[in-house]
Amino acid sequence: MNKELRRVSVLVLAMFLALCASTSIIQVVQQEQLQADPRNTRTLYASFSVERGPILAGDTVIAQSVPSGDQYKYQRTYPHGELYSAVTGYFTIHGEKTGLEGTLNDYLTGRASQQFLDRLNGILTGQNPRGATVLTTIDPVVQQAAWDALGDLQGAVVAIEPSTGRILAMVSKPSFDPNPLAGHDQPGVISAYDALLADPGDPLVNRSIGGALNPPGSTFKVVVTAAALAAGMSPDTQIPNPPSYTLPGTSTTITNSEGGACGGGETVSIADALRFSCNIPFAQLGAQLGYDAILKQARAFGFESEFQVPMGVTPSVFPRPESEAQLMLQSFGQGNDRVTPLQMAMVSAAIANDGELLRPNLVERVSAPDLSVLHEFRPEAFGRSVSPDVAASLTQLMVANVANGAAGNARISGVDVAGKTGTAQNGTNEPYTLWFTGFAPADDPQVAVAVVVENGGGRGQSGFGNTIAAPVAKKVIEAVLNR
Amino acid sequence: MSATTATGPLTTTIRIRLRTPARLRNLELLLIVVALGVAAAALALVDLGAVGELDTEMFALVALPAGLVLVLHIAERIVAPEGDPFVVPIATALTGLGIAMIHRIDIAEGYEGWAAYGVRQAVWATIAILIAIAGLVIVRNHRVLQRYRYIAMFVGILLLLLPVLPGIGDTGANADVWVRIGFFSMQPGEFAKILLAVFFAGYLVTARDSLSMVGRSILGLRLPRARDLGPILVVWILSMGVIVIQRDLGTALLYFGLFLVMLYVATGRGSWIFIGLALFAVGGWAATRVLPYVQGRFANWLDAFNPEIYEREGGSYQLVQGIFGLADGGLVGTGLGRGRPDIVPLAESDYIIASLGEELGLIGLFAILALYLIFVARGLRIGVAGQDDFGRLLAVGLSFVVGLQVFIVIGGVTRIIPLTGLTTPFLAAGGSSLVANWLIAALLLRLSDAVRQQPHAIVEGGAS
Repeated sequence: MNKELRRVSVLVLAMFLALCASTSIIQVVQQEQLQADPRNTRTLYASFSVERGPILAGDTVIAQSVPSGDQYKYQRTYPHGELYSAVTGYFTIHGEKTGLEGTLNDYLTGRASQQFLDRLNGILTGQNPRGATVLTTIDPVVQQAAWDALGDLQGAVVAIEPSTGRILAMVSKPSFDPNPLAGHDQPGVISAYDALLADPGDPLVNRSIGGALNPPGSTFKVVVTAAALAAGMSPDTQIPNPPSYTLPGTSTTITNSEGGACGGGETVSIADALRFSCNIPFAQLGAQLGYDAILKQARAFGFESEFQVPMGVTPSVFPRPESEAQLMLQSFGQGNDRVTPLQMAMVSAAIANDGELLRPNLVERVSAPDLSVLHEFRPEAFGRSVSPDVAASLTQLMVANVANGAAGNARISGVDVAGKTGTAQNGTNEPYTLWFTGFAPADDPQVAVAVVVENGGGRGQSGFGNTIAAPVAKKVIEAVLNR
Repeated sequence: MSATTATGPLTTTIRIRLRTPARLRNLELLLIVVALGVAAAALALVDLGAVGELDTEMFALVALPAGLVLVLHIAERIVAPEGDPFVVPIATALTGLGIAMIHRIDIAEGYEGWAAYGVRQAVWATIAILIAIAGLVIVRNHRVLQRYRYIAMFVGILLLLLPVLPGIGDTGANADVWVRIGFFSMQPGEFAKILLAVFFAGYLVTARDSLSMVGRSILGLRLPRARDLGPILVVWILSMGVIVIQRDLGTALLYFGLFLVMLYVATGRGSWIFIGLALFAVGGWAATRVLPYVQGRFANWLDAFNPEIYEREGGSYQLVQGIFGLADGGLVGTGLGRGRPDIVPLAESDYIIASLGEELGLIGLFAILALYLIFVARGLRIGVAGQDDFGRLLAVGLSFVVGLQVFIVIGGVTRIIPLTGLTTPFLAAGGSSLVANWLIAALLLRLSDAVRQQPHAIVEGGAS
């Protein structure tokens, strides 16, 4: 009988080991996947009982949870509503979240792995779990200036600190107020959301880092110029300068924006072509450099790379052209080139920082309720975009561009501003997309900025980068320099 | 039994002599204090976690069964001084944890007074421990039970059939395992498992010789004689009847598994296991073909996360929500009173293990599983060390049935096997289950006491 009993004991042991295995699989191995299941209402309920951490810009609270007295325990509020919605995103009680509310959700709810011990402590002491505080790199003064400067225009502004990659301002318009979406009455939330979805201005889209990207127009000439200088040309290198040019293999004729030749001569220097922002010389320069050289330069500025700021940034593209004619169009920022304002700000930032590009980021510090630091901003290099010499040359060219060229409206008295405008065409009768990107002061750059204004700034095909986008950038730069 | 000779190892003699009853009981008392401490801490944490203040009425109420555990302990000192010292502490800890968790669900659901399952469970625990004390005092010699084996069989089968009898069967629940007489409702199957274990043990002790006879050999497997197939077929038909009439897979599996293991231990013939499993597989397969509810259970099991199965009536909603609860508990749990176990239907009874897993985490579940494993191991130990075969078989049957029931319930909740409607021993809300399992505890005490009494006498005889 004892032999049989031993076998029965082994059977019992096997049954219990199976139970240990099955519970381990559910509670540990598949835990995350099961918690992410939309049918798991616990994850949702759990998020209610957590005092979600606040989001700050300097001393300004831009998102916080306050006791609500209802079943959800806390109400998420955004004291400045629209002003910071490109940064905060929104957070609904049903778990949809965007912006920092989405990407830093684990920190904000206290569920990040570094907060495990805090969570354990909360369980042991019976305290309600509290999320971490997120301090952004946003400067409230610069953010407000960018917001005011853009006014009612449709577009976006991004300002970066070139030496670190800190994002100082991020505005996208039309904006939205996240407060109604954070409401606790479901029909109200749904109608607010539906209204935002139905809005033709797509207010939920953060144009500074995503959405339907815009062609960069003439701002892309900075990238082509960088490629030319990297290839051994100099600012004085001469390019043929016809008053009009028919793209090879097509009947399409391109012109310079001012009409006629770029200056008087048979040829024009790269410096002057950039300063007057002439299309025909750059079309020829692009063809001369070739697609691969320009692509390499664009990539060095961050094109086609994934950036997390920590929201995912839609990569900007310089796609392979089907023909030389296409390449020529793309060489002055038309054709299929598509960029984000953040990318164009990064081009300026890299030049401002002696050619070294830092990864842009929005998060200064994440700290636990006990003020211990969970995450701290550290400048993170993306790589070298251009050599210091090329950066210095580009800086000179961009300063000239503002001082006595096509970007005059960004001029600030007493300060050397480096910049480049762009006015991109979107089709025969479509309104232009207006650009400015640049940095200041040229000798000691504090800020790199990019402004995009969509829909022609409301002026169809009569608005220009210099008339509409450059003044916006100027105000943002002034806000940084005056702080 | 190996009689200890005068020249036998002296150390053995000394060691057995040193194992005095008082030491066992003192160890048990210590463990009971620990178990009561764990239970009290759990109850306090539930109140603090979910409400923020202690429910003094609840504490006053649970003082009753807690006190009775100490009475049981004193009774053991008198009538079963050599009883196993682990059985009562484990039963106490599990019952206490169960009451705490049921109380926790009451808080979440807002049940108070006599509507609260926790209050009723505390009262049932009182009754269960009283009955266990009575059982221990009345049954002074377990061999008496052997005499009543056929009565046990008739009553056991009657109890199994009760729920389907018109008038008292309660068909409200999914499986017809309840009877209701006036205000009083019970799950007679819980008691049937004890009675059937008594019957199987008594019957197999007498019939084991013929059942071990070898008949023809097919494919190297030595089969029993055809004429000896009667008993296993009867139990099989009974189990199938439970599936068909009572719509309860779990109970059928429990009884059939109990019988098979006892048959195997009694006869030592592996072929019985083979035949039994084959029979059950055929029956189970037929059931999945014919009975829609069995089909549903299998579909829920195999494809629980399919939205269609999840949403349909009698679908996998409960199963999936229970798994979500477990996942939410993770390694360390949400903490007592801090999860949302009430989201799962029947969180206080069928799904108490998911509730515990959610709030105590994997660590807590492992601790609970360890308690069960020790409980079962102590029972199986009686089977190894016992003197008479009836007692050994009964101890094996009673402890194995607890282990198997734990496996069927938790295995169902965690998708090792299809979900069935059994209760988790000692933990789940339900008076019948609590009384029956405390009776098993009392019987194991009695059986282990008998085991230890004997070598003690022999050693003293040998040493003199």
